[in-house]
Amino acid sequence: MSQVEIIGAVKKYGDVAALDNVSMAFSDGEFFGLLGPSGSGKTTLLRAIAGFVMLDDGAVRIDGKDIGATPVYQRNIGMVFQNYALFPHMSVTENIAFGLDVRGVPAAEQRQRVAEALSMVRLTGLEQRKPKQLSGGQQQRIALARALVTRPKVLLLDEPLGALDKHLRQEMQIELKRIQRNVGITTIFVTHDQEEALTLSDRIAIFNAGRIVQAGSPGEVYARPVNRFAAGFLGEANFLSGQVAALNAGWAQVALGAGTTVTIEAQGLQVGQAALLAVRPERLAIHPSNDTSPGDNRLAGTVGEVIFSGNSTSYRVQCGDPGSKGQVISVFRQNDGQPILASGTAVSLTWEPDDAVLVAE
Amino acid sequence: MSTREKGMGIGGLVLRLHLGLVLLFLYVPIIVMAVLSFNQSQLYELPFTFDLVWYKSLASNDRLIDAGINSLVIALINTVVATAFGTMAALAFARYQFRGKSLLQLLLFPPITIPWLVIGTAMLVFFFWTGIGRGLHAILLGHVALSLPYVIIVVGARLANFPRMMEEAAATLGATPWQTFRRVTAPILAPGVVAAALFAFAVSFDQFVISYFLAPPGVTTLPVAIYAAIRKGFTPEINAISTIIIVVSMGIMLITARFYRFGGER
Repeated sequence: MSQVEIIGAVKKYGDVAALDNVSMAFSDGEFFGLLGPSGSGKTTLLRAIAGFVMLDDGAVRIDGKDIGATPVYQRNIGMVFQNYALFPHMSVTENIAFGLDVRGVPAAEQRQRVAEALSMVRLTGLEQRKPKQLSGGQQQRIALARALVTRPKVLLLDEPLGALDKHLRQEMQIELKRIQRNVGITTIFVTHDQEEALTLSDRIAIFNAGRIVQAGSPGEVYARPVNRFAAGFLGEANFLSGQVAALNAGWAQVALGAGTTVTIEAQGLQVGQAALLAVRPERLAIHPSNDTSPGDNRLAGTVGEVIFSGNSTSYRVQCGDPGSKGQVISVFRQNDGQPILASGTAVSLTWEPDDAVLVAE
Repeated sequence: MSTREKGMGIGGLVLRLHLGLVLLFLYVPIIVMAVLSFNQSQLYELPFTFDLVWYKSLASNDRLIDAGINSLVIALINTVVATAFGTMAALAFARYQFRGKSLLQLLLFPPITIPWLVIGTAMLVFFFWTGIGRGLHAILLGHVALSLPYVIIVVGARLANFPRMMEEAAATLGATPWQTFRRVTAPILAPGVVAAALFAFAVSFDQFVISYFLAPPGVTTLPVAIYAAIRKGFTPEINAISTIIIVVSMGIMLITARFYRFGGER
């Protein structure tokens, strides 16, 4: 159980910086998700911790010790790869015992620890199978058992559930979280699946272009995204841009086009300054209304697409002047008994001042 | 069932005929030769009388036996050398980026397509010119040069499907590079290496033209000796030694095929 620190990590491939001065700390026992589009540097960071990538500058420390010069095989890390990388010529037992065997653990202890690892991932009984004879979910569990049996300091997961179908993925998410809690190991995982990151992580970091855009608990990052990228990457967001029209006792009035104003917390804004606001689709209330006059924290529009998904419905609402392009706003509503609105219905969208978040461009 | 019945139509008949002819022309000569090696008559007269006379006379034919030993020794050394160097080269091609890599890879193919007669002539001239000369050492050199591309291509094909992640996984589990190679890389590559070794053996053991050109008077390999013997007058001893070769080489093929499924699996 260990702390991992990254200090000023830089890695360049030609002119492209895969890691551009990244610093962060992973706490003991924490489940940390690295999230970002492909090429954003999250995988490079994971591979730098594993030792497959040598940093151009900066350091990786485990429990305060710089491991930059330590070869992969001496780092004592556990890693689960996207396609599991189970050894095809070895049985399940041999795969799991591999890490113990190369360390010279006595055979009797190997047997006992392999059995423990198998029961941890609930796959007792498959000892003699070859990886090819296992399902995707089973292979994933074996890979996890193999990575944990050596009692590593850190567990690294590279898109661990990427190869599974949706149903199995949800099941494995719960399983992964359970095992991680039981073992209590510091776990760092890379994913491009935002839902997976939100479900599994104690904390997440969003990467873009080799830098950390934002790090924090999933709830925090979701509720208070710092910029347009973070708001749009983690979950869905509607962006409203305008100008600060007035300041009043800690509140700022932001004027959007077409006369609509939005009230938000002032947060040091100045009159005349441009402001970008993000509003989550589930924070908008939608009601049928023929009132097309602009108002405060209110937009008027017409329902366009209606996407029914059982327990909820998503609306795409065309706001603003029908002649001009206007703006399409996404609204998400739980199906809690209110009638579902038909396409073409005139509606107004309203929200509370807390619901709009000021974000950087 | 209906597809099976359809298969017996004109198309099916042609396919079966085709298969039958292929098997006929491939195997009937071999079987006839093998049977006749056990026939007493030198002139292939029937009725067939079982006798080991030709195997006995082969046993006292020092020329053929020496040639056979030469062939076997050269083929075995060639197999070891070409497989070792070829595997290393294939690993280098698959794993490292270096200057001239594409050019080198491209240069692997022409020796396979250039007629052996041309290569044999070129080698003879070159070996004469450099002072390497003729002899078993020259034959071995020529065979290794010829087999290398086959080994590199066969092992390379196996490596192309080899996920690098296996080795990375082994490293994260605490295996040193040597442990990783011995316990992960080598076993996964083994079927490709064995197939490549068979190719190398076959290229050398079957080799006639280059051996013929590079053999000095008095030194021969088996194919060269068989050719010389046939020119002088055919005896069923040739049938006998050919039968032995066939039995041994088919045996090796079948055993290896039993242990390693060649083909694209895994």
